[in-house]
Amino acid sequence: MKDDVTREERVDALGGMGCKRKRVEDARFTQGKGNYVDDIKLDGMMFADFVRSPYAHARIKSINIDAAMALDGVAAVLTAEDLKPLNLTWMPTLAGDKQMVLADGKVLFQGQEVAFVVAKDRYIAADAVELVEVEYEELPVITDPFEALKSDVVLREDTVDENGTAVDGAHGPRGHHNHIFKWEMGDEPATNEVMDDAEVVAEETMYYHRTHPCPLETCGSVASMDKVNGKLTLWGTFQAPHVVRTVASLLSGIEEHNIRVVSPDIGGGFGNKVGVYPGYVCSIVASIVTGKPVKWVEDRMENLMSTAFARDYWMKGKISATKDGKITGLHCHVTADHGAFDACADPSKFPAGFMNICTGSYDIPVAYLGVDGVYTNKAPGGVSYRCSFRVTEAVYFIERMIEVLAIELNMDPAELRMKNFIKKEQFPYQAALGWEYDSGDYHTAWEKALKAVDYEGLRAEQAQRVEDFKAGKTRKLMGVGLTFFTEIVGAGPVKNCDILGMGMFDSCEIRIHPTGSAIARLGTISQGQGHATTFAQILATEIGLPADSITIEEGDTDTAPYGLGTYGSRSTPVAGAATALAGRKIRAKAQMIAAYLLEVHDDDVEFDVDRFVVKGAPEKFKTMKEIAYAAYNQAIPGVEPGLEAVSYYDPPNMTYPFGAYVCVMDIDVDTGVTDIRRFYALDDCGTRINPMIIDGQIHGGLTEALAVALGQEIAYDSLGNVKTGTLMDFFLPTAWEVPNYETDFTVTPSPHHPIGAKGVGESPHVGGVPCFSNAVNDAFKAFGLRHTHMPHDHWRIWKTANDLGLHG
Amino acid sequence: MIPAAFEYYRPKDMAGVLAVLEEHGDDARVLAGGHSLIPMMKLRMAEVPHLIDLQDVAGLTGITIENGTVRLGTMTTQATMIDDAALLAAAPIMREAALQIADPQVRYMGTVGGNVANGDPGNDMPGLMQCLDATFHLVGPDGDRDVAAREFYEAAYMTDREDDEVLVAVSFPAPEGGYAYEKQKRKIGDYATAAAAVQITKENGVCATASIAMTNLSDTPIYSEEAGEALIGTSVDEAAVEAAVAAMLGDIDPTEDNRGPIEFKRHAAAVILRRAIARAWSRA
Repeated sequence: MKDDVTREERVDALGGMGCKRKRVEDARFTQGKGNYVDDIKLDGMMFADFVRSPYAHARIKSINIDAAMALDGVAAVLTAEDLKPLNLTWMPTLAGDKQMVLADGKVLFQGQEVAFVVAKDRYIAADAVELVEVEYEELPVITDPFEALKSDVVLREDTVDENGTAVDGAHGPRGHHNHIFKWEMGDEPATNEVMDDAEVVAEETMYYHRTHPCPLETCGSVASMDKVNGKLTLWGTFQAPHVVRTVASLLSGIEEHNIRVVSPDIGGGFGNKVGVYPGYVCSIVASIVTGKPVKWVEDRMENLMSTAFARDYWMKGKISATKDGKITGLHCHVTADHGAFDACADPSKFPAGFMNICTGSYDIPVAYLGVDGVYTNKAPGGVSYRCSFRVTEAVYFIERMIEVLAIELNMDPAELRMKNFIKKEQFPYQAALGWEYDSGDYHTAWEKALKAVDYEGLRAEQAQRVEDFKAGKTRKLMGVGLTFFTEIVGAGPVKNCDILGMGMFDSCEIRIHPTGSAIARLGTISQGQGHATTFAQILATEIGLPADSITIEEGDTDTAPYGLGTYGSRSTPVAGAATALAGRKIRAKAQMIAAYLLEVHDDDVEFDVDRFVVKGAPEKFKTMKEIAYAAYNQAIPGVEPGLEAVSYYDPPNMTYPFGAYVCVMDIDVDTGVTDIRRFYALDDCGTRINPMIIDGQIHGGLTEALAVALGQEIAYDSLGNVKTGTLMDFFLPTAWEVPNYETDFTVTPSPHHPIGAKGVGESPHVGGVPCFSNAVNDAFKAFGLRHTHMPHDHWRIWKTANDLGLHG
Repeated sequence: MIPAAFEYYRPKDMAGVLAVLEEHGDDARVLAGGHSLIPMMKLRMAEVPHLIDLQDVAGLTGITIENGTVRLGTMTTQATMIDDAALLAAAPIMREAALQIADPQVRYMGTVGGNVANGDPGNDMPGLMQCLDATFHLVGPDGDRDVAAREFYEAAYMTDREDDEVLVAVSFPAPEGGYAYEKQKRKIGDYATAAAAVQITKENGVCATASIAMTNLSDTPIYSEEAGEALIGTSVDEAAVEAAVAAMLGDIDPTEDNRGPIEFKRHAAAVILRRAIARAWSRA
């Protein structure tokens, strides 16, 4: 058989790994043809809406639903009393705590769900919400975690026994009734000893403010209980649909095979859609009660006020070094504000996520981390907003501590980093707080970044600017923000990572069709990451069929293999590995078929791009398309018909992407207005599957980093009222606020991942936040600033300048 | 974010509008661009059982410039203000200010009448109208009435307009000299942290007239007559500017919100006014 095309052309025709394939999802998203939860319309569907608490802490004296029920079109009003017979007044959280589904006698945060109104349409539901009369008795409000740990006020009555003594929590003894857990890693005595004897010690306390992932699509669900066949179908904004099915089965008693959970298109998650919300549970109950499909979709204010927040960590650090800048130890203590319920989404054994990656990219011989989780009268959550579990907090902490240490040492912070990086030859590297870093080449990346931005030139320009400022020639200061981050993603090995007991593997199932196209289903779910594009590219390279001939499907638990979902940059490290390995199973069978068709021994054929060829005789080959046809239509002795494979992948280790970022910022000292002149981002995510999608991910993650660093917060007043409940006050950047980003890369493949990929979606956020923040801090360094808290919005920057006496 | 039920009216003429207003009193509101009123209704902070949409009412749009007077129909959008060449020639401050309102999508809907009549202290047009010494033209059951922009605002969302009156147009003498609309905001779409509208004329190197108004620094726009007077007759040197700033600071009364504490807002107001004066003077 003659072949006119070159090998290179055959590679290009696949659209496999490494090419800038256009996102196949965008045709429908850009034309308004996506199918989101709120697009789902079913016959006879009812709409639901919540009555929410206006108070942050109050006893509920009575709830009167009569007027609401009397309204024409109202089908039901559920309260905690209705959930009691079903044992659903409270539900378990992913963090081992429990959470009220509907207020059980009291409310613990503003916006808490009190009653669930079900009506013929959403207008009637909204009217009925106003007619539910709830009588509250206000209780003392605590919004400060340090006050919570001193207060006599018992926020959660289930934390004390009949004598008022604190009972153990999910992670051990409580030190106080408002204390959730204490989590410790590392060696505190050894760390203290190093600190006591150190030549130089730098200390700083930093508040990583509470913020919110704020996906464009808010949370919602549609539940449909078919009483005839006993099947429940639940569509929802779920980052982990299979886990939702299991949890729904455990909570409801409905057998798991009778529950179908579907995540349709999801408009962004960023951690906000990992957990289970009262709305999901109530929509199921309401469908069972009314016998009709019930839709619940929250509005923007409800999303910001009541669904999972991120961060809210008070971090107290100590870092020690020799006089010439070799780091000798690190001590970190966190007071973690979890709000009213510990609903943080972390692997079960990690109540503070992977905060113990806080030794960063540095070879630190001894370290200690202690985290105290605390209840307050704020919304529950503590999810990983565009980061692996608490990694943004960890990287912010170490990258600020490095800057503070550089000030203490009077050393350039770029040089201090270079001096302390883990060396290439030290990998796999065993970190002091327990992790084994798989691979890295930090020095190369750092040198490339500093050269790209002309680091020395920037420092010279900055020094001149300081002189000009002091001479009254300018009112603008210049900051150079540096960050070198190491992420820990791809959770994770089943031996230490589980969610509610379910191991954090993931999966892929492939079916090759007779004509040489394919469908692959995964246990993950895209929320905008472009899985349908990139996973097809992995498969194209692995099985030699064009990416355009491969459909990727996720999110329907009736069809997709079980998986733990998409968050924490785990899709490529875990499901991507499963995809590659399932592809290799396909290839192994295809090899036998090819050998049979070519009348040679199995070992005498080899895979080449899109075909198997006879070794030494490349003109003799069978394409994968031909092999697929033969698999279904030709009787091959000893080989089953069909060409399918499934793979479940339990990763041997996490993956550790890293990167080097530089931000150049001008700051108007008089108004506090910042102007990002330049942002350079070098990312090493191992093997690069689609460079265009990587760039898109980096642009998005940096933009969310800019938001968090420069103004995005969930703020409360002393009465627990949310002050930032709308997008007027909650900062969501637009194209106008976003600078040009320069992206760059190095490639250090993961040694334990089948294709060497490490994950990238969250790196830019993890690295971006400290980089923007370091730029602000750096601008004022020449005037004596050591640290100022985020968010760096106009008035706080102005206050920093004012406190330094820069307003004359 | 679901409004309570309301009746929707879409009359073709002002008589139709006034008839609904007369029948329902303060249960009725007119709707211009809707970017203030509709969110308030969705939040159920404004209950409007009878909503009268002005968009089909004849004669409420358009910009005319005659005999040195600029007149904008109440339904003239900010997008139109930005695009209108004659307005740019006659009153360039209008375009400079309109470009700093919200974002392009909002500016295609947002109108001058809605912006000035709602009485929201965050809106940019009221301060600008005070700077330009505009006149607001109202119609009501008892006929037409003119009110000076500088006399129109009483408190947040409280104006001289009666419930049964409709603001149909604004007009102002085409300004002369240099101008500036300077605004500090946290992001696109935000209200001002502080904003200043300045018009200055120069004769023989000396300031002949000066008009200064500030936005979102009190519960109404602030026309600071004293601030303008501090510049008149001077070469707008540092001492004069500082006197103007001091006078302005005496007139404003900002409150703390998420944009910052009072101390910061007063500082920002001073910085913004200095910049506005400098730019206006450089153009005079």
